[in-house]
Amino acid sequence: MEVPILKQGDFLIATVQAALTDEDLLHFRTALIHKVVLCRSRGVIVDVTSLDVMDSFASRTLREIAQMIRLRGAETVIVGIQPEVAFAMVQLGLTLEDVATALDLEEGLAHLQQKSESTA
Amino acid sequence: MENEIQVPINSDQDIVAARQKGRSLAAALGFSSGDATLIATAISELARNIITYAKSGEIRLTVINGSARQGIQLVARDQGPGIPDVQQALRDGFSTSGSLGLGLPGVKRLVDEFEIASVENRGTTVTAKKWKR
Amino acid sequence: MARIDTNPRSTQVEEEYSGGSDHTRPASVLLRELVAHLRDNRTQLREEWARRITEAKLLTAMTKDEIFAEATSVYDNYVEALETGTFEALQAYARNLSERIIPRGVETHEVVGIVLLLRDVLARSLFAKYQTDFTMLNRILDAYEPAANRIANTVAVGFVQERERIIREQQEAIRELSTPVLQVRERLLILPIIGVIDPQRARQLTEQLLRGIRTNRAKVVVIDITGVAAMDATVANHLVQTVEASRLLGATVIVTGLSPEIAQTIVNIGVDLGKMNTVGDLQGGIEQAERLLGYKVVPFAEAS
Repeated sequence: MEVPILKQGDFLIATVQAALTDEDLLHFRTALIHKVVLCRSRGVIVDVTSLDVMDSFASRTLREIAQMIRLRGAETVIVGIQPEVAFAMVQLGLTLEDVATALDLEEGLAHLQQKSESTA
Repeated sequence: MENEIQVPINSDQDIVAARQKGRSLAAALGFSSGDATLIATAISELARNIITYAKSGEIRLTVINGSARQGIQLVARDQGPGIPDVQQALRDGFSTSGSLGLGLPGVKRLVDEFEIASVENRGTTVTAKKWKR
Repeated sequence: MARIDTNPRSTQVEEEYSGGSDHTRPASVLLRELVAHLRDNRTQLREEWARRITEAKLLTAMTKDEIFAEATSVYDNYVEALETGTFEALQAYARNLSERIIPRGVETHEVVGIVLLLRDVLARSLFAKYQTDFTMLNRILDAYEPAANRIANTVAVGFVQERERIIREQQEAIRELSTPVLQVRERLLILPIIGVIDPQRARQLTEQLLRGIRTNRAKVVVIDITGVAAMDATVANHLVQTVEASRLLGATVIVTGLSPEIAQTIVNIGVDLGKMNTVGDLQGGIEQAERLLGYKVVPFAEAS
């Protein structure tokens, strides 16, 4: 299953769906980095609203994505983590530290705007 | 509604299948949405361990009846290399990088009861239970 | 129920053949005969039972009509369970009945009491019918007793389980009511925690808060624990997890009212207090929250 990645000005918005296998996640990682380079994006939003389970692999992959995108000089924000998913994550000890998070798409965009203004 | 579901775990797609089946079963039994997420997450981690360390195995989901309530039992079984020091595995903090170890202490926090039996070179069986609140 | 015969018998219904034409019938036939007797005499046995219930001052919370109506269905379910030897239908009925009568204030001892009374009433009528034939009576009782005991057990357990379920639900509701998540400003939530927190309540608080953050689109949460006397490591862990989970939803958490003891507990579980946003009191916490949100509170005169 492919994750749709849309361009919105300087930013990219990727919308993750529910049943993503490990392989799908790895493909996504490659596709996203590729697109960041191609579009010279300044920021990326990964919307996980539909993700019903965030396990250790998903968490690790998202952190790797953020790291790789940072190397390209861009900022990543994870948005839409569901309350129950957040609860399960902290039980497992997955805190997504060093990755920015926001409530939803609107907040995520606001965060990226703020970030790019302050570094501009 | 079936009383027992068996899911073979041989690939990463099976991880997704197993946790989705777990969620459906939990929902059918009337577990809260939050608890169903905990169950699905636990299944995902246990299935993942099977793939990572044993290449293949199975997850068995069973409806169980306690003295005053119902619950789900998860059994994750493989015939892999086994865990040399189970006590240590249960003690090691699941590091926040998420990349070290089996994450067993983490899975333990997701469920109500947790047991693990492992024999070197023979395999590992994890049995976990979550009761409906 | 006293037995005259002193021969030890197993409590399993067994096929026994002793002399005499009446005594060659296997247990299943006996059971059928027993059930038929109970059905034929249904009306008067039921009345007798209802009379004994009133005499024993049970089910005082219900009217005579209600008792009669329930008595009828209990009786029929009882005889049905005897006949089929299966108890699933009875279990379901027991839970159903319990769901109805618990809100009426019926208690466990009453439910156990009336089922045992029914057992006695039916047993007595068996004594009356077979009193001239001790051997036959014993064999009938062999068929009746284990089944009747199992029925009493099933109904009692069903009732207790239902009661426990209701109590759990009520406790959950109380817990939820006793800790409101307050929205005081746009994007700002306050969670004042008062009293004793056990792990279960802590978990429930976290779930409530996370839901609240989502619903109210909160960017800052002030958790005030001034009213919390003590916290053990488990609950301290929950607090830390709440802070982490809130961040995943894009909210910043400020913890206020941290006593030195609780601060120590948190440090002891390995959390770097420096990483946690803490302010001495609730007032200070709200002010910091407002600053974070970009509010500036000025006196009226300045504002106009």
